Amino acid sequence: MSVPHALLALLSEAPKYGMRLQNEFESRTGEVWPLNVGQVYTTLQRLERDGLVETDAEGERSQKRYKITATGAQELADWLRTPPDLVPPPRDELVIKVLVAVQVPGIDIHEILQVHRRHAIEVMQRYTQVKAAAAEGEVALALVADAELFRLEAIVRWLDAAEVRLKRLPFAPPAPPADVPVEPTRTTEVSQ
Amino acid sequence: MTSALELRRVSKIYGSGPSEVNALSEVDLSVERGELVAVMGPSGSGKSTLLTIAGSLEEASSGEVLVDGVDLASVSRSDRARMRRQSIGYVFQEFNLLPGLTAVENVTLPLELDGVRARAAQATGLSALEELDVAERAERYPDELSGGERQRVAIARAIVGERRLLLADEPTGALDSLNGESVMRLLRAATRRGVAGVVVTHEAQLASWADRVVFLRDGRVVDQTVAPPGPESLLAAGERR
Repeated sequence: MSVPHALLALLSEAPKYGMRLQNEFESRTGEVWPLNVGQVYTTLQRLERDGLVETDAEGERSQKRYKITATGAQELADWLRTPPDLVPPPRDELVIKVLVAVQVPGIDIHEILQVHRRHAIEVMQRYTQVKAAAAEGEVALALVADAELFRLEAIVRWLDAAEVRLKRLPFAPPAPPADVPVEPTRTTEVSQ
Repeated sequence: MTSALELRRVSKIYGSGPSEVNALSEVDLSVERGELVAVMGPSGSGKSTLLTIAGSLEEASSGEVLVDGVDLASVSRSDRARMRRQSIGYVFQEFNLLPGLTAVENVTLPLELDGVRARAAQATGLSALEELDVAERAERYPDELSGGERQRVAIARAIVGERRLLLADEPTGALDSLNGESVMRLLRAATRRGVAGVVVTHEAQLASWADRVVFLRDGRVVDQTVAPPGPESLLAAGERR
């Protein structure tokens, strides 16, 4: 999540104080992504240094009020159109665990897959509760919960597919010789 | 307190000899009033068999099935049929609405079969349709309704009257994800009003609407989720990012 761009987006509506930015950020992401006020001010200082925001001259109160600059608005517009990095990390921890589990003698791979499946679904139940409790107008919250739910669902589907693939194996895969580590190239192939 | 549904060491065997298939093996499952339980598992794991046995549409080979504390095997066939009509509601993947009947007639049919007078059945049926927000479509025939509306009517039929157990087999069918979500919201709302619900699904997102998810593999219950600790626990998870 890009906090600087989220703050630029909030400032594109109107000039705002730091505290208000923190509250609005949290309420719009359904408090699923908490943000502390220190983080808000550090980010605002960086944005000011880079000329993307400026402080209001008419400061009646001791706190600074921030507003977006033309450069900031351009930066926000560019960022919205830039595709995020969709390439996953080269070694997904869960994928590695399953690959390792297949190699370890005495480990029931189906039990390992089930442990991770149950955990993923328990987390999904919590996000669904967030969505169920949300009022109809809380679209941002539903979008955040949906994003997490689809991500977790993909993990469950991968676990299901892994289970079917492993069941189709004609025999249990041989354990590698003790002095040969699991080849890193295979890990990369599967995680892609 | 007795559970709304209790399966005790329920097994189901199809065929015999070399072609014998153990569809369910010693399954234990209790579902309380107000609780929604999802049963997940791959194709052939016994999910649908579990549901048909729980709903007394099929008999177990061994074990006990209790609905509201009553052992289904201990009552006569006609009493069992009455229990099926009065206490148990079913929602199927294909909705199974009768094409020659209007939405409200589909909903009131089980009541009328049970001897409820037409006017009283009509009023009860309309209030079930109202609960599901499709009362204005009451006089329409199934082919005049959208997929989402048809499924709402099917759920209304399943909860109409004094139903105590709601059984749903892949109830979102081919609906898109938001229509599927609204079906799950409706099933959850129905259970919150005191009905016990069991939903069979292979989709994790749908299962996550349940209070508890039970995992079935090769006819056995292999695992289940623990009660969710509440959404506030996600905040702690978020802070670690």
